[in-house]
Amino acid sequence: MTAAATPATGKTGGSSIRTPERSFRRKKQIGGRARANLLLGYLILIGLALIYIYPFLISISASLKTDAEATQNALSLIPETITFAAYERLFGDVPFPRWAGNTLLISVIVTMGRVFFDSLAGYALSRLQFRGRTVVFVAFIAILSVPGVVLLIPRFLILQQLGLYDTYGGMIIPLLSTAAGVFIMKQFFDSIPVSIEEAARIDGASTFRVFWTIVLPMARPALVTLFILSFQGSWNELGHFIVSRQSPELNTLTTGVASLVSGQLGSGNQFPLQLAAAVLMTIPVAVLFFIFQRRIMNTTAGAEKG
Amino acid sequence: MAVNAAPRSRRGGGIRRGEARAGWLFVTPAVLITAVFLVIPIALALWVSMSDWNGFQSPLNPRVNFVGLENYAAITVEDGLDQRNFGTAVRNNLYYVLLVVPLQTIISLLLAIQVNRAALKGRGFFRTAFYFPSVTSTVAIVVVFQFLFTASGAVNAAIGALGIRGPDWFNDSTGLIHGALSAFGITQPPAALAEPGFLGISGWEWLAGPSVAMTSLIILAIFTTSGTFMLLFLAALQSIGSEIDEATLMDGAGPFRKFFSVTVPMLRPTLFTVLTLGLIGSWQVFDQIYVIGGGSAGGTISTPAFLAYRSSFVDLQWGQGAAIAFILFVFIILLTLVQRWVLKERTPRKRNRVAATEKIAPNDSTSGGLR
Repeated sequence: MTAAATPATGKTGGSSIRTPERSFRRKKQIGGRARANLLLGYLILIGLALIYIYPFLISISASLKTDAEATQNALSLIPETITFAAYERLFGDVPFPRWAGNTLLISVIVTMGRVFFDSLAGYALSRLQFRGRTVVFVAFIAILSVPGVVLLIPRFLILQQLGLYDTYGGMIIPLLSTAAGVFIMKQFFDSIPVSIEEAARIDGASTFRVFWTIVLPMARPALVTLFILSFQGSWNELGHFIVSRQSPELNTLTTGVASLVSGQLGSGNQFPLQLAAAVLMTIPVAVLFFIFQRRIMNTTAGAEKG
Repeated sequence: MAVNAAPRSRRGGGIRRGEARAGWLFVTPAVLITAVFLVIPIALALWVSMSDWNGFQSPLNPRVNFVGLENYAAITVEDGLDQRNFGTAVRNNLYYVLLVVPLQTIISLLLAIQVNRAALKGRGFFRTAFYFPSVTSTVAIVVVFQFLFTASGAVNAAIGALGIRGPDWFNDSTGLIHGALSAFGITQPPAALAEPGFLGISGWEWLAGPSVAMTSLIILAIFTTSGTFMLLFLAALQSIGSEIDEATLMDGAGPFRKFFSVTVPMLRPTLFTVLTLGLIGSWQVFDQIYVIGGGSAGGTISTPAFLAYRSSFVDLQWGQGAAIAFILFVFIILLTLVQRWVLKERTPRKRNRVAATEKIAPNDSTSGGLR
């Protein structure tokens, strides 16, 4: 996989350096038409980018408006009177900090669990010889295609049977490992050479020691990928938290904000309040996104390329 | 994959000592979690879908009876409310799929081609702008969309400036096709279409089109998924490279000619992947509908995935809810199998890469990658 992907990136890297010169040559030939095309392209792109960004800008702005202004003057980007009333309510009337705390706790544990368990399993499936390995791997591949949304009822049933319903355990444990994560890690370990581990093994290090001190540090790119996917996934998870809990104290940001939308806090226009909640819950994922921007873009496109 | 390890297995001996034990130890946590929270629950739900369990005590208690395929029959072949609810949900989702899949494919391809141009300045900015909605939570996006699409919201203000009076988007249950027909004075079905038909829904209702409310959800879906698919197309475009572009231009092909006779054929594997991922993903739409409330807009935004949830958790008809979930399950698995099979047939050379890249994201229950 890495082999297939790398030359491609190399090629584009090279061509992007070459192209200005070539397009310059072409500009001489085709002249004005090419320039008009380029300009038109920019206009289209800027228009599209506005459509994609404006909703976020307008949300931030409206969260700072009064209820009345948010309704009457929905399109304007600058509030006439800036008020933090919505944010104050979020930290006063609404148990928003509690929701944020729950989400943070669950996301951190789930992310660590996935990174650890999935890399352990991925390593075993890639490197270690044991009876039944192929069966386990094929089973994971089959499980990859189980659609998440049909798991809602089954998950509730098993949590209820095990007495884990409406507990942190029930919200966390089922998310601790995913077939996709195991698959990503196995693919990655398949792509790196075995020689270094072999040397360590000959020196008599135990399998876990080799894994922990030699293999994991080498697997950093894949681990970061898995970290991003897991954190973003568990931060934004809604379905599982709908069916695994009912107490208000166990609300996460997703279920809590969803309950704001359905108007459980009384009727009336609450757009600034809802939008303030949406803005705040987006910030951590946005920060993660901007830190790892390059890698996220490559992750989705090139998957386990790492 | 499995192949590259085979030759080593014969070496055995010293450094392989205890490896089998370690292997099992390493996979045990992942296997255990998957077995207990995925495989066993599915078996349990299969039992519930064939039982008369009503949500009290355990579904395994002796007073729960086996009812065979009764629950499946109630939603598919027996006349009644349950059947109509299921039929309506299928219709709603069908229109959703029919619009979302082609539109998101076209738009993400368009975005990728625009963003891929070598001479473009600020590529990074544009990619970020288009991809950002894909990483944010659906709940947050729904909040934003409800605000934008209220009767007096930003969208209506914008189209109001063009002299168009916008609808009350999320509460409008008018089907688009019905709406268009009523412009020609057709508000009643011809007699042939008035009778209850497939899944208890009359032909006239099947032809209603997506409601205005569903249309808002379709726009939302395109907004959140086009960035992800743009990246898939972008990767494919980059692996084509600019040499072919240049060659085509040298041969004197115009941009349209180039697009349809060079770019699209070369993108075919990715195009197919995006289409099937879209197909698989858009039959699973749930989060948005849960947040908005599936009963709103006259039931025109309910989908099978949401109906399965509501039947079980709200109406306490667990058997029927589980039955709906299983019908959806089988249907989506079939789509996935077709996808894998075609990808294998079509692209033997690139098989590994495509399969590895694109199988992962969509069905992972919690990655939330594609919506």
